[in-house]
Amino acid sequence: MSTTALADDRSSAASTTEPLVRVENLRVSFATRERTIDAVNGVNFTLDAGEVLCVLGESGSGKSVTLRAMMRLHPPARTVMSGKISIGGLNILDLGRDRLSELRGGEVAMIFQEPMTSFDPVFTIGTQIIETVKRHDGLSESAARKRALELLELVQIPSPARRLDNYPHEMSGGMRQRAMIALALSCRPRLLLADEPTTALDATVQIQILQLLHRLQRELGMAVLFVTHDVGVAVEISDRIAVMYAGRFIETGSVRAVIRDPKHPYTQGLLASTVNGSMRGKRLEAIPGSPVNLAALPPGCAFQPRCRVAEPACSAAPPPETWLNPSRMVRCVRAAPGST
Amino acid sequence: MSKDVLLEVRALKRYFPIRGGLLQRQVATVQAVDDVSFAVSRGETLGIVGESGCGKSTTARLLIQLLEPDSGTITLDGRIVGDSSGLTAREFRRQVQMVFQDSYSSLNPRTTIEDAIAYGPTVHGLSWSEARTRARSLLDKVGLDSGLFATRYPHELSGGQRQRVNIARALALEPRLVVLDEPVSALDKSVEAQVLNLLNDLKCELSLTYVFISHDLNVVQYISDRVLVMYLGKVVEVGPVDDIYGNPSHPYTRALLGAMPSMDPDNRGKQQILTGDPPNPINPPPGCRFHTRCGHAEPCCSTREPKLSSVGTASAHQAACHMLIPGSGHSAAPAAAAGWRKMV
Repeated sequence: MSTTALADDRSSAASTTEPLVRVENLRVSFATRERTIDAVNGVNFTLDAGEVLCVLGESGSGKSVTLRAMMRLHPPARTVMSGKISIGGLNILDLGRDRLSELRGGEVAMIFQEPMTSFDPVFTIGTQIIETVKRHDGLSESAARKRALELLELVQIPSPARRLDNYPHEMSGGMRQRAMIALALSCRPRLLLADEPTTALDATVQIQILQLLHRLQRELGMAVLFVTHDVGVAVEISDRIAVMYAGRFIETGSVRAVIRDPKHPYTQGLLASTVNGSMRGKRLEAIPGSPVNLAALPPGCAFQPRCRVAEPACSAAPPPETWLNPSRMVRCVRAAPGST
Repeated sequence: MSKDVLLEVRALKRYFPIRGGLLQRQVATVQAVDDVSFAVSRGETLGIVGESGCGKSTTARLLIQLLEPDSGTITLDGRIVGDSSGLTAREFRRQVQMVFQDSYSSLNPRTTIEDAIAYGPTVHGLSWSEARTRARSLLDKVGLDSGLFATRYPHELSGGQRQRVNIARALALEPRLVVLDEPVSALDKSVEAQVLNLLNDLKCELSLTYVFISHDLNVVQYISDRVLVMYLGKVVEVGPVDDIYGNPSHPYTRALLGAMPSMDPDNRGKQQILTGDPPNPINPPPGCRFHTRCGHAEPCCSTREPKLSSVGTASAHQAACHMLIPGSGHSAAPAAAAGWRKMV
């Protein structure tokens, strides 16, 4: 796809009110001989062009599985997926192999937690970016090299011409992550999927990468689906937050609404147990128990066994989505209209 | 040395050689820990923070004698470790124990957790049955039902439960000092809070002293009484937790605190950020090791190494920066004469 065609696509997408991404009742389970793991259990969300949605959750909450499902990166033989994922009008779950590989790295790109394992160690950074650009945009070698150089400048890698010929192991962690962002942006994606891209980085480098991503996202008008377990990172980067527990979005809303006024007992517990200096000398209000076993989900609300305010209704069936206002959803029986 | 000091570390140094080439000759040196001194008082928690490669984990390993220092001394309760008249490593390890970051790799996968906890005491003279009784009471103490968990293997436990086992094991020898190397970094937030509560409870109950190593500034602020900030093998700032967080005096400490994501949606994106990555500890820059990334660097910073010196009049709060040293040659430094008068 040429760049002008892509720009046309984007303007037409922006002019309609249809969101860029629409996910309806997404379910992902992994079947092995012994058991079935229900990793994602009915996730609904939309994402507008140019919007940053952060999926916040602990390990095993299904956040990375949701993200990978957006590009169908799960092993097909072991994965059962149902529901609907639509990105820019394309129905992802129905795409054929060729169209899917055109999509991956093209309209939808992804960055990972550990850049060392996502680059090929035997090719230089430059070769890998050039190959991607040639493959997706059909550019010549020299034009692709020029684009690669621009990309390294865009992500603020010092002496970019020299860095193009570096192998991944010759770069520091922060530089590798910048290079991976350059690779992801190489074909001007409309949707960027970010799987904890700053978790492996040092504090002073993490904030650099977060601010870089934030700037690039605004400049390029990309939508970003960002997965993290770190509340601070989520606050730093996102427009909206979705809190995930046991494969469900249990609360969504604007950053301000979710952080200032959490409605779900799990979100409240998560924020209360996120340590900061003002809690010195006080006992932390930890959530009791440990995260739920995805191979044996309780029939009702998955958080009910750890919840301080659980009531009999909680163990009957998973609470439905309750919309407090058009941008704020909570899945808790206590938030349902008519309950106190 | 004050009577309250339990552990004193003086001029600790450890370099790692890097060998290469045909004859495996030494081609470079990693200056992992370079001239580090500090003291830990009885009953306090000393937090050590820094980014990867700053030497905080090497310091921990030197502290419990897993690594031999190239030079420097460790003194526990007035007795020098490894000295002919001082403490033997065996005696020292009974009094100083460690909890590691990776709860799984620090437990033997083929040993039940009861035996893992009981093993240490048997080495130090307890019978197996006595040691197992102690192990079970420790399991109860760290919040694991001994009837349910004692005979399980590490893979049958969650990460938070395994870290509780590691804490129980560290306590099995009734140590006075526990070195905690990133004990909660691998845990989920909700479990992290449980383990931090447990560590605080145990400290009160057993009058323990902690050295708590972490890269997480929020956790260190929560748990520590004093904080030591390291950068590329050097101590850049040390002081009471409120001074370090309220009045950070080394530009690196300020940058590190400034890099914390703000938890306030209205206040984001305003951090003063450093450029670049931490330099490689193989060839640390001369002079002040931070001068390559420091916004205040002047010629004197790249030639002379600043010594730790008191910030203001508080002797407990020290930082290693030329801007604080009178007569250092830095334009922001206090004038030498004025500084001298203050000291007199």
